[in-house]
Amino acid sequence: MIEILVGAFMAAGFIALFFLAMKVSNLNADVGGVGYRISARFENVGSLKVRAPVAMAGVRVGRVEAIDFDKNRYEAVVTLRIDPRFDTIPDDTIASIFTSGLLGEQYIGLAPGGSEDYLADGGSLTQTQSALVLEQMIGQFLFKKAEEG
Amino acid sequence: MLEALARLGHLGLHALARLGRGHLLLLAILSGLPSLLARPRLLLAQIHNVGVLSVLIIVVSGLFVGMVLSLQGHYVLSQFGASESLGVMVAASLVRELGPVVTALLVAGRAGSALTAEIGLMKATEQLSGLEMMAVDPIKRILTPRFFGGLLSMPLLAAMFSAVGVIGGYFVGVGLLGVDDGAFWSQMQSKIDWREDIVNGVIKSLVFGWVVTWIALFEGHDAIPTSEGVSGATTRTVVHSALAVLCLDFVLTALMFGD
Repeated sequence: MIEILVGAFMAAGFIALFFLAMKVSNLNADVGGVGYRISARFENVGSLKVRAPVAMAGVRVGRVEAIDFDKNRYEAVVTLRIDPRFDTIPDDTIASIFTSGLLGEQYIGLAPGGSEDYLADGGSLTQTQSALVLEQMIGQFLFKKAEEG
Repeated sequence: MLEALARLGHLGLHALARLGRGHLLLLAILSGLPSLLARPRLLLAQIHNVGVLSVLIIVVSGLFVGMVLSLQGHYVLSQFGASESLGVMVAASLVRELGPVVTALLVAGRAGSALTAEIGLMKATEQLSGLEMMAVDPIKRILTPRFFGGLLSMPLLAAMFSAVGVIGGYFVGVGLLGVDDGAFWSQMQSKIDWREDIVNGVIKSLVFGWVVTWIALFEGHDAIPTSEGVSGATTRTVVHSALAVLCLDFVLTALMFGD
């Protein structure tokens, strides 16, 4: 009898943990170790974080795997891991850093180009658009206003 | 003046001696692990004692804590027009903090005090000495299974608490307050990280399980073998466990999520 109760208890505990893993956390939505890597260079990544989504037409196709700094060219090198299902990304795709909502987190949006050649593992995106930094925008705006007035 | 100094010194030495005895007992308990593995039925009985019998209080408290979190969270979040983030708030607070901590406090109150009283009474009625007379090591036979029973039960109970709490929060948030069903789950899944949040919560509850059962067993084993001594030890178990859990929680949180 005790064995059945303890067995049920342990099963319930593990089911709860499984529920937390699958339903509450991002474990099942994770691309994980699979997928191919491409890199993109940005002048400024803003507050982009590792694991931020990479979206194409608003659909998540991968995640940001690493963000490094190239000390020779003074640029940020972002490594993206793309789900292998999406293997038809043209090599002249433009990568931009967007913000979801006004105060939301930043993500990378890919806008496909017209090339017939597709990106493969180790490929790199050459056309990028940096994150918008609010302070810079306000600065430019004020500068322009001052020029006008 | 000197008397006060002597009293302070006595207090310090007393605390140090208890700390030492506690660690020696822990060492003796841990050294009983091989013989416990040869007798898994003893462990089973203790998981039943600490774990199975605590399920009801854990599940009911988890449900209500989740529901209250959802109500209160919605009140604040809706003022910022961010009630879709309710799921994240409920799940993060449950998985990171409330699940492990409240479970540990409840287990200390429900099972820890019972362990202390049981061991203390065994000592008072000389059952522990009786075992020793029969060449059975009472620490290996009585304390080790209870320690590992508590240690293993705690993370499972905390997981149940968090899971039931999230479901309770879902019922109140989506059912009662009208938060969008899809947003509730999808925001939660995108923000709660398996390694960072859930595994850290499990590690926390393992640490709490270790500390709470250790304190309970030590207080019972160290109790003055009278009815007064046992009652005092039971009170100390609950007070010290609660303090230890809350202080350790701060330290663990600072280490895990501090940066």
